[in-house]
Amino acid sequence: MIPAPFEYERADSADAALALLAEHGDEAKLIAGGMSLLPLMKLRLAVPTVLVDVGRLDDLSYVHDGGDHVAIGALTRHRDLETSALLGAECGMLRAVAAEVGDNQVRHRGTIGGSVAHGDPASDLPAALLALDATFVARGPAGTREIAAAQFFTGFLETALGADELLTEIRVPKTGANGFSYQKFNRRAQDWAIVGAVAVQVHGAARVALVNMGPTPLRATAVEAALAAGASVTEAAARAAEGTEPSSDLNAGVEYREHLARVLTRRALEAAGA
Amino acid sequence: MRVGMTLNGAAQDHEVEPRTLLVHYLREACGLPGTKVGCDTSSCGACTVLVDGESVKSCTMLAAQADGASVTTIEGLARDGELHAVQAAFHEQHGLQCGFCTAGMVMATVSLLEENPHPTERDVRLGLEGNLCRCTGYHNIVRAVLAAAQSTP
Repeated sequence: MIPAPFEYERADSADAALALLAEHGDEAKLIAGGMSLLPLMKLRLAVPTVLVDVGRLDDLSYVHDGGDHVAIGALTRHRDLETSALLGAECGMLRAVAAEVGDNQVRHRGTIGGSVAHGDPASDLPAALLALDATFVARGPAGTREIAAAQFFTGFLETALGADELLTEIRVPKTGANGFSYQKFNRRAQDWAIVGAVAVQVHGAARVALVNMGPTPLRATAVEAALAAGASVTEAAARAAEGTEPSSDLNAGVEYREHLARVLTRRALEAAGA
Repeated sequence: MRVGMTLNGAAQDHEVEPRTLLVHYLREACGLPGTKVGCDTSSCGACTVLVDGESVKSCTMLAAQADGASVTTIEGLARDGELHAVQAAFHEQHGLQCGFCTAGMVMATVSLLEENPHPTERDVRLGLEGNLCRCTGYHNIVRAVLAAAQSTP
């Protein structure tokens, strides 16, 4: 399988990438590691006519201490997240989730920014960042803006990023060694989650997000509200499927996914010490 | 477009279409068929090569993305007719059945041992989760990786 023909442009700076996006408009697509985009292009489900390669913007590959948060460059690879001592100390949950993405080969190439911008509800990192109430920083022709995770994922493979914008940084709160757990259910080790539940303690409250339970990653708001109102973990987890819209496919039907959401949420909350 | 790289220590430079995948660049433009196309969907790992020392699936990377990089394939491991320690371990432990996944398994192992020179059996099984052996010859593959780790200081 080979992608449809396209014109290839390599950006050597964020400014150059923005100029190429401005020049080519909707025809252009950014590629970083390509771990999500290339499989879609090979299946001809994505047919961009111009590919703008931002994979070498090394100045956007970093994990920095931002004071009250951890700042992660959009081009930071999963491998660099899963081996980051700073991330382990300040936001252990995100480091642990990064280590669950794909396999070694995928984590050597894939980037956090690419995963976020792709907006796949079955991906691990978008749900983790939603649970953390991360902030996404985007650069466009009009300058830089910040987008809250809660507003970022707008539909299936759709995000609040404009076609002329480049995601540059992801900011996550410092949760330190707070309890967390990611429960990923899949058939083969390297697969996407059939359903996943991630729980983390932030500022004394348990946050829960769900993978692959709708067209976007979702916060399990009913679970969080129940816990805040004093419900037990078991009682709260029983509400994990509320407000979700899971799909039915080869791996699992709707009812089974709802069941998984409840069970995995309970396990995640228990492991996170909620 | 021109795409060049250092492949197994020697310079390569070829005119290819931008959509050329690295695995086809290696097999067709460079004439090195040791790297296999297996599933072609980044699941099986048969096409694993090293790009700047790290394992990647060459069916899911454009040759253009490797332009200027240092790439190592299975053909580049042996030195002066002497098998690489990982190749020797796969040979000695019979870490293969039909052999189709072997080049990818060996390349993934070289990268794994570079990052974790003394893995546990669990580390090996997790570290090779991106490589499938459809003969299901995993036990000897894991044995081979552990033997290779022991044979190198």
